[in-house]
Amino acid sequence: MTTVTMTVNGKTVSADVEDRTLLVQFLRDELQLTGTHIGCDTSQCGACVVHLDSRAVKSCTIFAAQADGAEVTTIEGLAPDGRLHPVQEAFREHHGLQCGFCTPGMIMTAVDMIRRKPKLDRQTIRAELEGNLCRCTGYQNIVDAIEAAAQQMAAIKSAGSVA
Amino acid sequence: MITYPFEYTRAQSLDEAVALAAAEPDAKILAGGQTLIPTMKQRLAAPPRLIDISRLSQLSFIRRDGDALVIGATTRHADVASSADVMEAIPALALLAGEIGDPAVRHLGTIGGSLANNDPAADYPAAALGLGATLTTNKRSLAADDFFTGMFSTALEEGEILTEISFPLAEKAGYCKFPNPASRYAMVGVFVAKTKVGARVAVTGAGSCVFRVPRMEAALNADFTSEAVAGISVPADDLNSDLHGSAEYRAHLVTVMAKRAVEAANRT
Repeated sequence: MTTVTMTVNGKTVSADVEDRTLLVQFLRDELQLTGTHIGCDTSQCGACVVHLDSRAVKSCTIFAAQADGAEVTTIEGLAPDGRLHPVQEAFREHHGLQCGFCTPGMIMTAVDMIRRKPKLDRQTIRAELEGNLCRCTGYQNIVDAIEAAAQQMAAIKSAGSVA
Repeated sequence: MITYPFEYTRAQSLDEAVALAAAEPDAKILAGGQTLIPTMKQRLAAPPRLIDISRLSQLSFIRRDGDALVIGATTRHADVASSADVMEAIPALALLAGEIGDPAVRHLGTIGGSLANNDPAADYPAAALGLGATLTTNKRSLAADDFFTGMFSTALEEGEILTEISFPLAEKAGYCKFPNPASRYAMVGVFVAKTKVGARVAVTGAGSCVFRVPRMEAALNADFTSEAVAGISVPADDLNSDLHGSAEYRAHLVTVMAKRAVEAANRT
């Protein structure tokens, strides 16, 4: 057993876990943050994507012990005051989901890609979604949503810098 | 899926990691874990201990050292891909790093982990062999030509830890791969370089281990153009054959990828 302590969605959490506990199991089973999904469990589908120290990672492919001392953001942490994040809003507006299973990972990946590449074209969005699979094959609206969110976030940012 | 039980230790120094590895020969070094953890989850590996070196900041760096680019073993793929220093010194290396796996994998996976694992379809071994890199461990330095010894095997001894990789700057370099449509691993990837000591061509994905193609190198020494390698093919005899493609298909891809890699090198 190992004691792991990390900041999850702004709150410090600590628990004794088996060394082999994956980060996704820690989030879902210890913290009851079940918004992070387990899809393929083989590092391919991206349903489990969370942010570790501000970078998108697959939480099924990292042990909780490795995240000791780190800051983790899950889908639950994107809307802390109940107001949807612009990317969540865009997924709703553009119907960027069908069954919804891949959506938390898609949104966490989208937030990460917009942070790294504020100016996104559709080809780049599709390339950046390499590690996220939608079994409904609903990519068209997912790309629409990410493109719209990137534009809106850029507009908010430039309005902010003017003001 | 869950792995077999093991003990996790986060090394506080390279010396501690080396001592732990020496004390427990079956222990595994954990860097990015993007290959090791999936392998453990499928229960294809069951190390009794993982020694995590990923937080050793002295192993994570990119620096220019005269005519070489030196990269620390725990440097993440994403950091190599987005490094202005790499882009300036060896753009083909930055582009190669940016095409490994997917963005989330690149945020954790490390150059040292990829090289030490020596997956037959990994990208970095092609760059190390293609550029004639020098790989340094806690004990010694090895030429890339002596480092990769076979499928998933290297010259690394038990308890020996890769610390940094030095890539000599090339006049030109290019990489082109044909990714497996599902896994994105290279079905075939070819790295070509026009180095100070002649042309080098390294092929990954096609065989059991990354290998050079001397006939293409000789042709490129005479004429560094895609036409020079267009008529040269490698024998299919020892190449991989699986449900994704036959050995003959991979042999064909080697020539096609080599041509494209030379074209990419000539564009930079």
